[in-house]
Amino acid sequence: MKIHNTTGGRIFDAANYVFLVLIGVLTLLPFVYVFAGSFATEAEITRRAFFVWPEQFSLGSYEYIFSTPAFIRALVTTVLVTAVGTVVQLVLTVTMAYPLAKRNLRGRQLILSLVVFAMVFSGGMIPTFLLIKDLGLLNSYWALILPAAINPFSLIIIKNFFQELPAELEESAKMDGATEIGILWRILLPLSKPVLATFALFYAVGIWNDFMSPLLYLSDNSKWTLQMYLRQVTASSDLLGTGNVDPNYIPPEQGIKFAVIVVATLPILIFYPFLQKHFAKGLLIGSVKG
Amino acid sequence: MTTSALDVKAPEQAPPPAPAPGRRRRFAVHFAHYKWLYLLLLPGVIYFAVFRYAPMYGVSIAFKDYVPFLGVNASPWVGFQHFQDFFSNPDFGRLLGNTLILAFLNLGIAFPLTIVLALLLNEVRLSILKRTVQTLVYIPHFLSWTIVASLSFLLFALDFGPLFLFLNSALGTNIDFLSDPNWFRPLIVLQEIWKNTGWGTIIFLAALATVDQDQYEAAIIDGAGRFRRVWHITLPGIRSTIIVMLILAIGQMLNTGFEQIYLMTNALNRSVADVFDTYVYFVGITQGAYSYSTAVGLFKSLVGIVLIFGTNWLAKRFNQSGLF
Repeated sequence: MKIHNTTGGRIFDAANYVFLVLIGVLTLLPFVYVFAGSFATEAEITRRAFFVWPEQFSLGSYEYIFSTPAFIRALVTTVLVTAVGTVVQLVLTVTMAYPLAKRNLRGRQLILSLVVFAMVFSGGMIPTFLLIKDLGLLNSYWALILPAAINPFSLIIIKNFFQELPAELEESAKMDGATEIGILWRILLPLSKPVLATFALFYAVGIWNDFMSPLLYLSDNSKWTLQMYLRQVTASSDLLGTGNVDPNYIPPEQGIKFAVIVVATLPILIFYPFLQKHFAKGLLIGSVKG
Repeated sequence: MTTSALDVKAPEQAPPPAPAPGRRRRFAVHFAHYKWLYLLLLPGVIYFAVFRYAPMYGVSIAFKDYVPFLGVNASPWVGFQHFQDFFSNPDFGRLLGNTLILAFLNLGIAFPLTIVLALLLNEVRLSILKRTVQTLVYIPHFLSWTIVASLSFLLFALDFGPLFLFLNSALGTNIDFLSDPNWFRPLIVLQEIWKNTGWGTIIFLAALATVDQDQYEAAIIDGAGRFRRVWHITLPGIRSTIIVMLILAIGQMLNTGFEQIYLMTNALNRSVADVFDTYVYFVGITQGAYSYSTAVGLFKSLVGIVLIFGTNWLAKRFNQSGLF
């Protein structure tokens, strides 16, 4: 359709474009500032109000954080917990979604209703905390993984996805003597790769970003994750576990904050293009079928 | 033939029903047939039983005096004692006020901005610009609240924060954004807008794509300008989406986001920062008042459920499609 444009329309378009570009820049600006700051010297950070390019390029902040055992430990912990947690969540979600996609399975409706109820109502912070405590999971990394092992929304979306795959595929596989698990493994999973990859990314982002679980369940600060470390460094300027060998060396107190934020953000930004390819579709399936 | 004539007259009788096996036996057959599927289902069912439903049972300690070594079951019942204590506590009014004010600020500012942003993006016909802006405004949604809070600490910091220094040199005022209670709410809303407004547009943009294009042509022929078209065609076209999203937003109203508020709370802004979620944490986890804080949490959940059903009912009364 050709929309004939009046002068007013053209002015509106121009203003709209400028405004939206401005919104995009404003969204980006905090990142650019932090990224630039992480490569600046401590002196420049405290002297200049705002900059998107450091006067003097310095790796001091990164050298400092990567020489502190506490930071390395937090980074390694977070990477491992994210990797293991994503696999656990994906396996549990898929194994539960597959039987629930079989319309003639008895008890299916009851289980689905219980899953939906769990979306609306939850026990809340304290009963969950007491459960974790009673299970002996306090100060265990499993406390960061197990309580959120299945996301009911993702479960239902994946179930719907399995349900919509053509039934003939399964039937012919059954004729050839495939077992239920064989069908899941050899036929459904290869077909679901893009969907599963999307949920794996969402799960991974969720665990990587999780602050509440470590706050609640990990009181031992040698087990802290990156988000807890970041909180400690930026909120209290307490240079946690400074494994600093040289007593005359003054750590770049502000620069560290910039560098830790960059390290905590970078994996998200790296995986973002992969996420972006799928999330709109995923969200829409969820909103339609929910 | 006579037999065939007979057949016509008395059509073949249905085979006598097989002797009905007991329900239990039928289930046994069904189960044996699907045993691998049930086995696959088991870990998930255990997960829901342990990590979702056991805590729901644990909510009963809101009506008990929870003693850790007695456990949830054996702790003595106290009825509505904890609820009475909470309602008569001076904290109650302050918490309710703080929670509601933040909720209404988010609902009144962040929610409409999402729709405005979606409408503005929808007017862009230069697809590269549209895609680029969308890509940029979606990003913050994927960052943790810890990162958002840390960015705020750097940008608004006293003495060296860019905004502090800028206002200091431009107006000569020294504003401590992070500690001044008056700045707490604007900061929270600003963070919410920066983090989630772009993301919120996804659903609205999808709804906008389904609006009937012929109506626009007809409107143009009738001489409707751009704003009239948005007002009379676009907005009515996405009305049901707006209502569904509004119901969802109201249902989440009291969930003011534990992580965000907790991270931005400090000793100086506690008076305006405390909301139900953070109060449950401080009183429950750090002070060990398990039963009392569970009661507070349960009260919050119930109000949330009433809000979502109430809004849904209202939406239906005004002849709009509700959520359920």
